Parts: sequence; C-alpha cells; structure tokens
Amino acid sequence: MALLTIRDALNQALREEIIRDENVFIMGEEVAEYDGAYKVTRGLWKEFGDKRVIDTPITELGFAAVGVGAAMAGLRPVIEFMTWNFSILAADQIINHAAKMLYMSGGQFNVPIVFRGPNGSAYQVSSQHSQALEAFYANFPGLKVVMPSTAADAKGLLKSAIRDNNPVLFLEQERMYGNKGEVPDDGDFTIPLGVADVKREGTDCTIVARSMTVPLALQAAEQMQKEFDVSVEVIDPRTIKPLDIDTIVNSVKKTNRLVVAEESHYFASVGAEISHQVMEHAFDYLDAPVKRLSTAEAPNPYAKNLEALALPDVAKIVAAVKEVCYL
Amino acid sequence: MAEKFLMPKLSPTMEEGQIARWIKNEGDAFEPNETLAEVDTDKATMEMTALKGGTLLKILKNAGESAALGETIAITGKPGEDISALLAEVSSNGAKAQPASSEAPPPEPAGQAKAEPPASAGGANPDTETANEPEVSEPAEKSERAAPRDNGRLIVSPIAARMAADNSLDLKSINGSGPNGRIIKRDIEAAMESKDQSPKPKAFEPSTVVGASPFRDENTSKMRQVIASRLAESIGPIPTFYLTVEIEMDNVLALRKQINANLADDEKISVNDIIVKVAATSLIKHPFVNASYQDKTLRFYEQADIGVAVAIDEGLITPVVRGANLKGFAEISAEIKDLAAKAKAKKLQPEEYTGATFSISNLGMMGIKEFTAIINPPEAGILAVGGALPTPVVRDGQITIRNIMNVTMSCDHRVIDGATGAKFLQTFKQMLENPVLMLM
Repeated sequence: MALLTIRDALNQALREEIIRDENVFIMGEEVAEYDGAYKVTRGLWKEFGDKRVIDTPITELGFAAVGVGAAMAGLRPVIEFMTWNFSILAADQIINHAAKMLYMSGGQFNVPIVFRGPNGSAYQVSSQHSQALEAFYANFPGLKVVMPSTAADAKGLLKSAIRDNNPVLFLEQERMYGNKGEVPDDGDFTIPLGVADVKREGTDCTIVARSMTVPLALQAAEQMQKEFDVSVEVIDPRTIKPLDIDTIVNSVKKTNRLVVAEESHYFASVGAEISHQVMEHAFDYLDAPVKRLSTAEAPNPYAKNLEALALPDVAKIVAAVKEVCYL
Repeated sequence: MAEKFLMPKLSPTMEEGQIARWIKNEGDAFEPNETLAEVDTDKATMEMTALKGGTLLKILKNAGESAALGETIAITGKPGEDISALLAEVSSNGAKAQPASSEAPPPEPAGQAKAEPPASAGGANPDTETANEPEVSEPAEKSERAAPRDNGRLIVSPIAARMAADNSLDLKSINGSGPNGRIIKRDIEAAMESKDQSPKPKAFEPSTVVGASPFRDENTSKMRQVIASRLAESIGPIPTFYLTVEIEMDNVLALRKQINANLADDEKISVNDIIVKVAATSLIKHPFVNASYQDKTLRFYEQADIGVAVAIDEGLITPVVRGANLKGFAEISAEIKDLAAKAKAKKLQPEEYTGATFSISNLGMMGIKEFTAIINPPEAGILAVGGALPTPVVRDGQITIRNIMNVTMSCDHRVIDGATGAKFLQTFKQMLENPVLMLM
C-alpha cells in the first residue's frame, strides 16, 4: 500500500491504463504540456508524448465530439474537462451522442469513452464554476456516473471506467485532490462500477454521502458516537449510476433511519432518487422521514462566508442525524 | 381574584380525602395558615390550612363528602366577588380532579411546519433553512413531542407499525415520543421490553387477576350485629349452620369429556376444576356468601379467591385460586395442579395459601358421599363436596340412574342467613346441572 493523494492516484490510474492499452489516450485543455490544470496528468505527456496526451483548444464541444468519434472508431479516449461546469458546453456530445450511439446504431457502435474532471464547489470560484452536475447527467439513459471519495476508490474506479465499453462520466472534486489515502500497489487493482462501499459501519442511522460529503459524514458519525452514543453507518455509493441501492436498502433495514448528504442542489437531486428508492424498497423499515442535506437553493455565492453557509458541513449533517434519530 | 381551593395532599399516600367538618363557614374570612376544615385521609384526620388569607366564598364539598386529590372543594376570594364563572367551570368538569399537568396549554402547533413534507415545487428550498441555520433544525422540540395525537388518528412510523404488528402490540396503548406524538421504533422497543417481562402465554389466555381480592367494607347494621352476637353466644365463635343439596352431575361429566377430548393429557381438567369455577361464578352472583364478618363491618370481596383443600402428609392446606370467577377451566386446572404439587412439596408461599374468600373441600374421589366441612375464618362458607355416584332417581315418573353429587355448605350465620345460603346453592346447582348457564 502506498499513501497517495487522490490527484496522484488518478495519475497512476491514467498512466497504468495508457501502458496497459495502446488505445487509451488523454485529451483536454492543458492536459499535456502544462500537466493539467489540477496536475492530474502530471508527467504523462513527457512520458508518453503527443499521441497519447493531447492538448486541445478551448472548445469543449469540439474535443468532446472528437473523443466520441475516436471511441466509435475503437480508441479509448479519456476526455478531461477543466471542470465539469465546462462540460455544459459539450452536453450535446455527451447526452445526444455518447449516451445514445449504441442504442441508435442498433448496437453497432460502442462508445468506450471517459469524461472526467472536478465537479462541485471549489474555493470561491462562484456561481458558474461551483456546480455539482451528477443529477443532471444521471438522468439520461446510457451514461454511467462515478464519484470517488478516496484515493483508492479514485484509482480503482478510474481504471474500471477506462476499461468499460460505455461512456462513463467520472466526477472528481477539486477540494479533495490533495486528500491522502492508502492505495493498493497492485497494477491491476480495480474497483467494479456499481458497487457501493460502507465507509463506516453503524447500527442506528445511515448516512449516504458521496464525493466531498463522505469525509464530512465520517466526521459527523464520529461526533454522533462521541456525544450521543449514536452509531452511524456511512455508505458511499461511489457509482451514482448504476446505483447500488441494495447496499443502501440493507443498511436502512438495519438502522431504520437515513440521511442523504450531497453537494448538489436539492430539487430532483440524486438524494431525491435515493430517498425515493429507499421509500420504495424499505418503506416498512423507516422510523423517520428520510432527511436530505444539499447545497442551498441559490447560485453558489462567491463570498467566503456565504459559500460556507450554502454548502453542507459537519454541523448540518450532525443536526440531520439527530433529527431522524429524534434526538 | 376568586380561585378554586383544591383538595390538598395531606398524607404521602392520600388519593382522596373526606371532609370531616368545615371549621370556617361560607362568608368567613381566614388568615394564612388558618385551619379551614378537618379532612379524613387514609391515615388520619388532618387539619387543612390556608396558604394565604381570604374569604371562604362557597363550599362545594360538605362534611362527609369525599374529594379526589386536586379536586375543587371550595371557592375562595374577596367578599362579594362574582364566582359564577368558576362555579360553571367546576360543574362542567364534573368537579373532577384537574391534575396540574392538564392545565398546561395545549402544545403550540409550531411543530406543524416541521411535520409538513418539504414543499418541493417552485424552487423554494426547504432545506435552505436547515442548511443555513443548523440550530433552527434542532428537531422535535420537547413541546412538540408531547403534542397530542391528531384527532385520535395514530401517527406511527412504518417500522414501528410493522414491529407492533409482528409482536401483537396494540398501538393505541403506546404513547408516541416522536413529533406530533408519532409512535417510533424506540416506543415499540420500550413496550416490548415491558411485555417481555410478563410470563409466556400458556394453553390459555392468562386472566388479569393480580393478588388477593379487592373488597369494600359496609357498615354492619344494628340487626346484623345483634344476629351475630346472639348466634355466636349460642354456638361458639362462628355460628355455623349447614345446607345440603343434591346435584345431578351427568351434564358436567359430559362437558368434561368434551373438553378433555381436545386437551393433552397433562392439560385435562377434573370435575373439581369445574366445581371451583362454578362456585366462583355463583359467589359473584351472591355477594353475601363471598364475604366475611369483620365485627363492625361486613367485607364483600370483588373476586372469588377459592381455597382448595389439599391433603398432605402433615395434614391439610388450602392453596388459593385467585379470581377463579375470571379464569377459565384450563387455567384453573393448571393452577390447582401447580398449587397441589407445591403443597405436597411444601413449597407453597404464604400468599399462596392465605386470604381465600371461600373454600371447597372435595372428598368425592375418596369415596365419601356426604360430609360437613369446618369454615376457615374469616371466610363465611365452605363447600363439602362428595362423590358423583350413580343413583336411582325418578325422572318423568320413571326410575332412572343418574350421577348424583351431594354438596353441603357450612355457613357463617353472622354473614349468611339460611335463605341467602340456599339461594347461592340454587345457583350453584343450576349451573352444574346446566353448564350452559355459565355462559350467561
């Protein structure tokens, strides 16, 4: 095991997959000579050259489309968006082309492409650059959506995403690139898509968290244990679509209480979907209405104090857990 | 301002008090700590004093009347004050006790907003409030939790409903500790904990009898006192007389056969079990037989605790079937078997062989046709039961064979008169001859 940042774990995954499969290449803004806006592709251009690590103009729709075409022709592109906010410009390629090509070509064209980059808030990058877009993309059939929260998950899931024969949207978090974690050394280490991970076992309340809210949920769980003797289970679905609802439902059947903590906005969020599925599959096991925590219903503010107020944090998660536990 | 004067707690165990006499009359002024009345409590006669000065405007409970703790017994205030509103309030409450807690205003519907499902349309973010002010989202304020149920409709979390159904718990009997009185998992767990402590159900549904029979004492009339003393002088401490009746037992024997056909060997009931049940049922219909003479009072028991004489090596003991009138044959049978076994093993606890309200001694199984039994004071009667023996009898002008059982009741004449005892035996006989009457 090596102690790696999420940034370096992603870098390892990319490097290993470039070595493993000659069809794998990386394309995006500043990914090559500049080592990536967030240094995820550091050193790869130097090591593998222009054919495998390609700088693009600032043309999201264009290079996303090139990627989709390359994937249809048999390559395995990894398209980096400097942030997922810019993917909105490429949404037509992602939603109308990558997601639907296999279906509309009658099964003739697989699109084994990965779109990746940071999602959600960063530090004071304001309204247009702080959005969490997973619910938006997860709504469309044909797209897989992955959101790692640890270095090991980041590496194992990215490798699986690259090897997957369908479009995978890989949503990282800028605030988390520097988070360190143990990562297996095994060059063939992967984590299958669609499998949730229980980050902490507990018996009294389940928190479903993803990406940035996972470490917050773990801290909240610690606090609940210490201050209220409430044992909290923290589940990270890791893959938003396909969603491993069974792991969540089984946990709720045990704890009878659920809090969903997410960074996206409230309305029609992934948390809403999880709440519904839990209601559908575990209605008879609920002891309290499912509680959801999201970012405030407003464009994300630039001001530091307002930004902090808008986002989920440990205190808010603790308050939500107390509420469903009737404390 | 006029106020209600409530029955105070004058002894630690007092639940109600009886006004012995009012020291102050209506219209009298009184000072703080002045005695207003004397009150008989369960312990003693106590002085009821005023905490502050005023005038006794209206007495609502006169001497000799009782009032529960906290019940309004008088109105105090300033002379000439209008007390009609207070009087109306007291009478509309039937002058019932008003525990302090129920006077608290009903909980605010403040929890309403919280209990509403989040309004999801229109972009309003119900979570914003929570997200921005975690302290506001402190869930389920105390007052909200204590809120009454919504129009009697039970509010139950799904898991709580399911657990209650799985464990046959009556949700109506459970208090919800969640918002708006919602019954939640922990309430069910608490209810199950208390349920688990009760014994496992047996072949019968256990009756609710607990302990010795409650009773009420009625003052003995002069006549009853004279009868008691005269008859006692004549015949010793308990003036006993005897009543014998012949009972045709064929129907009971058939009934027993039917019942036992459906029971395992160790659950089969005996004729004596049926006699105990029938005697108990009859006793409830004839309270004078289920009574005891207490010198100044006659004590009437509310349940029939039947002492069943059991022969043991050292002599005789009468373990008690509590509340036999409330129990079924199977339960009585199981209890007698258990008590008899304990008696033979000398393991009976004192409360298991004392305090019966009536006794039965059965020597039928030992071939005895008829005998008299000695009353076990302070009970007023005992049944001596002989064997049910095939006997030629005349029915519809024909001689036929029936199983006849002779029963002799010894009666304490201080309580039971000849006719009283005879009526009891009539009921007893009718029920045994037509067991279906027990259903009435």
